[in-house]
Amino acid sequence: MAYPANYRYTREHEWIEVNGKTGKVGITDYAQNSLGDIVFVESPKVGAAVKKGEIFGSVESVKAVSDLYSPVTGTVTEVNEELASSPEKINTSAHEAWIMKVEINDPAEVDSLMSAADYEKFIAEETGH
Amino acid sequence: MSTPATAPALRKTALNAVHRQLGAKMVDFGGWDMPVEYSGLIAEHMAVRTDVGLFDVSHMGDIQLRGPESLDAVQHICMNDAAKLHEGQAQYSAMLYPQGTFVDDVIVHKLSDNDYLIVINAGTREKDFNWIRTNARNFHCHVSDYSDLYTQLAIQGPKAAETLQKLTNVDLSTIKFYWFKWGTVCGLHNTLIARTGYTGEDGFEIYIPSDEATSKRVWEEVLEAGREFGIVPCGLGARNTLRLESALSLYGHEISETINVFEAGLDRFCKIEKGPFIGSEALQQVQAAGGPSRKLVGLEMVDRGIARDGYGVFNPDGTQIGSVASGSPAPFLKKNIALGFVPREYTSLDNEVFVQVRNTMVRAKVVPIPFYRRPKKQS
Repeated sequence: MAYPANYRYTREHEWIEVNGKTGKVGITDYAQNSLGDIVFVESPKVGAAVKKGEIFGSVESVKAVSDLYSPVTGTVTEVNEELASSPEKINTSAHEAWIMKVEINDPAEVDSLMSAADYEKFIAEETGH
Repeated sequence: MSTPATAPALRKTALNAVHRQLGAKMVDFGGWDMPVEYSGLIAEHMAVRTDVGLFDVSHMGDIQLRGPESLDAVQHICMNDAAKLHEGQAQYSAMLYPQGTFVDDVIVHKLSDNDYLIVINAGTREKDFNWIRTNARNFHCHVSDYSDLYTQLAIQGPKAAETLQKLTNVDLSTIKFYWFKWGTVCGLHNTLIARTGYTGEDGFEIYIPSDEATSKRVWEEVLEAGREFGIVPCGLGARNTLRLESALSLYGHEISETINVFEAGLDRFCKIEKGPFIGSEALQQVQAAGGPSRKLVGLEMVDRGIARDGYGVFNPDGTQIGSVASGSPAPFLKKNIALGFVPREYTSLDNEVFVQVRNTMVRAKVVPIPFYRRPKKQS
């Protein structure tokens, strides 16, 4: 699975696709694969304030629950309603199935996130290959 | 997202390389490097409910008691009445501590009058073997640990019999549930074929030599035989959700050294009337005192939220009354279910309780167990 070069990545396995002042946030293919069949996504509320590195929701697979950490500080402008009825979209297309859109307070925060190449190196180390 | 670190020096079954070739996700299960899923937990779970699935359960242990007093030893160590067993019959049972709590749950097979096979759990293998050896000491019988000699495969699901029938000379329709026979399987003579399992479905467990070549060959022949029925290899993930839907106990969850037989609701497998055995005295005292103060119940989540192992159970006033032993989405039932311990006054059906799912109190109700019961055979 290719990691889109125009996305940025966190060490907690979220991605963000930045477009102007807003960013779309989801979890990576590596993350969905380690979770297995996803059955539930707990999204934030529109208008909620999220902070970089802090929990904004969770995803649950049959086996486990996993917190979601915001890659940036900002305000939630939209959540992906489709995931309420079809959470498995994250399994089938992790890099398209965004969870929330955020208006980013400080664009410089994005620069501190990993590039696709760095992220691939990071997960290779994490899996020990 | 965060991921756990991997632990070193795990034990492997003879099929470890086969699982890895199949692309299984591996996990540390009680010190064993085991497949948790191959194609996906839900798909594997559904295959067993509707067709057939194949599990490597070689991490389970096999202890044999042989000798003129082997039955006496089994009766002393296990809570069910093994004297009721016929040759070729198996029974669900458990080994108890003197206080009536669990060493482990087991399946006792009567091989012959002086020969019993006890199948035990992986995570408790050494403890169980030592327990059996110590407590069989005063009986004229020999205790052997044959765990490493066998690869144990479980073929489970409504198409399990049709799948396995292609590979054996034994007429499988003559083996009733919880009975076993010896026969040729994949050319291997004297293979133990038991109609047992841990999925709530019909199915078989076979015990074959544990060398890698034989294990791999039989594994592949079973997959080939089941191909027309849509067989899939299944991991421990599906094994857990299947047993949970069927409300079968898992050591460390519904049964443990701090949970007694009555609390676990396993009284029907405990025959106090057979005469004294380890734990029977303590259980009689519990009975005399009016029974256990808490009991295992089935819970179904009413509101949105998934109960997980260890979550707290609360009454409507917000007081914690118990905890979840096992909780998960149920792939076949498409509900969120749990088994949990609550005080006796909360055990009536439809009673409303709350499970604390992280920071939220989520409504649940007491429901009958098993959550899932397989349809009766038509023929």
